[in-house]
Amino acid sequence: MGSPRPQSGAPGPYEFPTATRQTLANGLRVIVAPMHRLPLVTVIAVVDAGAAGDAGGEEGLAMLTASALTEGTANRDGPALVDAFERLGTAVESGADWDDASVRLTVTPPRLDEALALLAEVLRAPRFSESDVERLKSERLAELLQQQMEPRGLADERFARVVYDASSRYATAAGGSPRSVRTLDVAQVRGWHEARYSGATTTVIVAGDVTPSRVLELIERRFGGWRQPVQPMRSLEATARSAMRAVHVVAKPDAPQSELRVGHTGLPRMHRDYFAVVVMNAVLGGLFSSRINLNLREVHAYTYGAHSGFDWRRNAGPFVVASAVKTEVTDAAVREILLEIDRIRDEEVSADELDLATKYLAGVFPVRYETTGAVASALALATVYGLPDDYFSTYRERIASVSRADVLAAARAHIHPAALQVLAVGDVKAIEAPLAALGVATPLVTSATEEDDA
Amino acid sequence: MRLPLESYRLPNGLLVTLSEDHSAPVVAVNLWYHVGSANEREGRTGFAHLFEHMLFQGSEHVGSSEHFELIQRAGGTLNGSTWLERTNYFETVPSHHLELALWLEADRMGALLPAMTQDKLDTQRDVVKNERRWSVDNQPYGTWWERLPALCFPPEHPFHHSLIGSMEDLSAASLEDVAEFFRTYYTPDNAVLTIAGDFRAEEARAMVERQFAGIPRGAARPALPSMSLPRTFGRWARDVVEDDVMVPRLFLAFRAPMFGSHAYYAGSVCAAVLGQRRGSRLYRALVRDGELASDVGASTWDLAKGADLFVADATARPGVDAATLEAAVVAEIDRLRAEGVREDEVERALALIETDYVSSMQAAGDRADAISKFATLFGDPALVNEQLDRYRAVTAADVTAFAREVLGEDNRASLVYVPRIPAEGQ
Repeated sequence: MGSPRPQSGAPGPYEFPTATRQTLANGLRVIVAPMHRLPLVTVIAVVDAGAAGDAGGEEGLAMLTASALTEGTANRDGPALVDAFERLGTAVESGADWDDASVRLTVTPPRLDEALALLAEVLRAPRFSESDVERLKSERLAELLQQQMEPRGLADERFARVVYDASSRYATAAGGSPRSVRTLDVAQVRGWHEARYSGATTTVIVAGDVTPSRVLELIERRFGGWRQPVQPMRSLEATARSAMRAVHVVAKPDAPQSELRVGHTGLPRMHRDYFAVVVMNAVLGGLFSSRINLNLREVHAYTYGAHSGFDWRRNAGPFVVASAVKTEVTDAAVREILLEIDRIRDEEVSADELDLATKYLAGVFPVRYETTGAVASALALATVYGLPDDYFSTYRERIASVSRADVLAAARAHIHPAALQVLAVGDVKAIEAPLAALGVATPLVTSATEEDDA
Repeated sequence: MRLPLESYRLPNGLLVTLSEDHSAPVVAVNLWYHVGSANEREGRTGFAHLFEHMLFQGSEHVGSSEHFELIQRAGGTLNGSTWLERTNYFETVPSHHLELALWLEADRMGALLPAMTQDKLDTQRDVVKNERRWSVDNQPYGTWWERLPALCFPPEHPFHHSLIGSMEDLSAASLEDVAEFFRTYYTPDNAVLTIAGDFRAEEARAMVERQFAGIPRGAARPALPSMSLPRTFGRWARDVVEDDVMVPRLFLAFRAPMFGSHAYYAGSVCAAVLGQRRGSRLYRALVRDGELASDVGASTWDLAKGADLFVADATARPGVDAATLEAAVVAEIDRLRAEGVREDEVERALALIETDYVSSMQAAGDRADAISKFATLFGDPALVNEQLDRYRAVTAADVTAFAREVLGEDNRASLVYVPRIPAEGQ
């Protein structure tokens, strides 16, 4: 007790697991990252078939298709397929995000071959029965209905709608809106699968207790003949709805807290300022010890937590500050968020703040990638965004090379106070007038139940 | 798959377990204090958790926001959590920062009180009240995790009351309460320390000695009131809650054998057969075939004192009323009891449990937490290595016997959420 603060020694050597990359004749890419500590393998098949490719009016099709993959194949119905996976000790999961569809599972190595055989069935010959597709649609509609009472999901969904122009795919949730989901049918699901799922659009990532040559042999056997014509991916415009500040209130009567979202359109994942922006955001609101969290939580006790983030996508995903604050301090919390946003653009962050952010981001890297699931997920993201092969081996240096001037330049280039959209899901009668008094903009009030903006 | 373990006790009572693994330059420090909401006195619900927040507000040699800052600057992750019968604190750091993490933990175990101020308490009280609003009051079904124990444990039982606490009790907490709670429960003889990951045992032992050996043992702690309970509820209890929700949700709870007992493992397998993953009975019957529910589950709470809870849950599809939902869940449970489980269902459950278990041993922080759990609740860290064998010993007959003994009508508690305003189906 009372001993002086210990000095830490030198960091031990660390290498991100070395990945072997190969391509089959049909264009399917295979990435293998051996990790031999435990008898475990994670497999992720990533397909270039994400929600960004949904056509107008068909929002939700990519996610519905990805979910339906694991509802049965040509050889087995849904229950038999689930049973086959689960008897291997693995719960297969499929889904889609903005920029990819994926199927993932974790098994012990002796069961890998059987699991890959099932995975190939799922991707190549899904059953897509009408009843399963209709059931998944109603599950999504049920989720959207429940969201009307769930302030966090509601705030996220409404925030996207006020940040992006209605013509942008990003204005509607990746899973679609009630209006779009109701119109989807099994023919569209089959059509989307036909158009986007093929060897040429798929990467299979395997991380764990395996050898690359053995994995390649297994994958060649299961996916070797998979060829299909593929239509090009639809392009997406991340157009902002408005360049003017606005305040939006979504009614949740008598809510004891307001769910806040403050932000605007951000920038694409492959932007050259990526590392400077990541460090800037860490200082602003990315860490527990960031300005926004310390201000709103530890100084003012307005909230249990507050953070900021850039949602990285192929196109410009949103930049958002998010927090749930006590109803009575909604206006004060918004004022503090706006002040912190101005401050990060006004002057350089301190040397101490930069040191904390860069040391955290670089230092936590080995802690993040202890598991086969985390390594496979990282390699999947690298695939989706086309990150260079040396991305993981150079990440820590790239972070460490960000300077205070870089952070200021990134804040000035990519944070736009004049375009901020402020959204609160909360008790209108308690927060509308105080928000109006902030002088940002006259609040626009909507109800939680209304459908897409007409 | 067995973790290497080396356990010893310091003269002040701290139980230390080391588990070396050099596969990544990462080390986890994990402390469990054997105190949770069960130890709160009347009028102080939520105090154990509020106290957990205070442990991040600095100590004699650590400034008010320094704990988070120092660990994050080291490239580490950290947090704490409070449960009915324990509170834990943990860091995972690059291995060369091991002693920093130990020093931070030792400083707050040894000398928290000099850093405590009314101002810090007031701030954290408001933060916790916001945590309550966020997780309970402003969330659909958010009150379930205080209503369910209230329904399942008698009022005088230490597991009955709210873990997050009432606003009133949080308001009443004082600095004197902080001091008393600290002196009573935050002592080395009421804690276990686990270090897992990349370190050398002799160096870690020396660090533990340097940082923790000087902390004095505590005085005798007040014993918990009797935790023992009859084997069943003796009735079918019921609580129907009108809430701001769009569709009904049911929690159906059963009093179950304590965590760690032989019957517990059969119960855990039974939960997997009944409600875990898409191959489970409830999923097939209610989600896939009946289309009555959008979501189902079953699990145990893993309580090691008095009695555990086995809880099934289901969320209705729009248009399905609470009575229909409950009848469907009950029908599956009754069928399980009448017909028993099949061998292949148990095999499926065990295969999933095995993969999950091995997966949970990947991260140093998870390994350390599992070791601390067995060290705290049973005084035997080595039990972490027995778990798979305990599961593998479970037979279909054991699971059927569990279902018949535990899931009967005289041992049920239904917590039913219904929409305040009936929603129109879509």
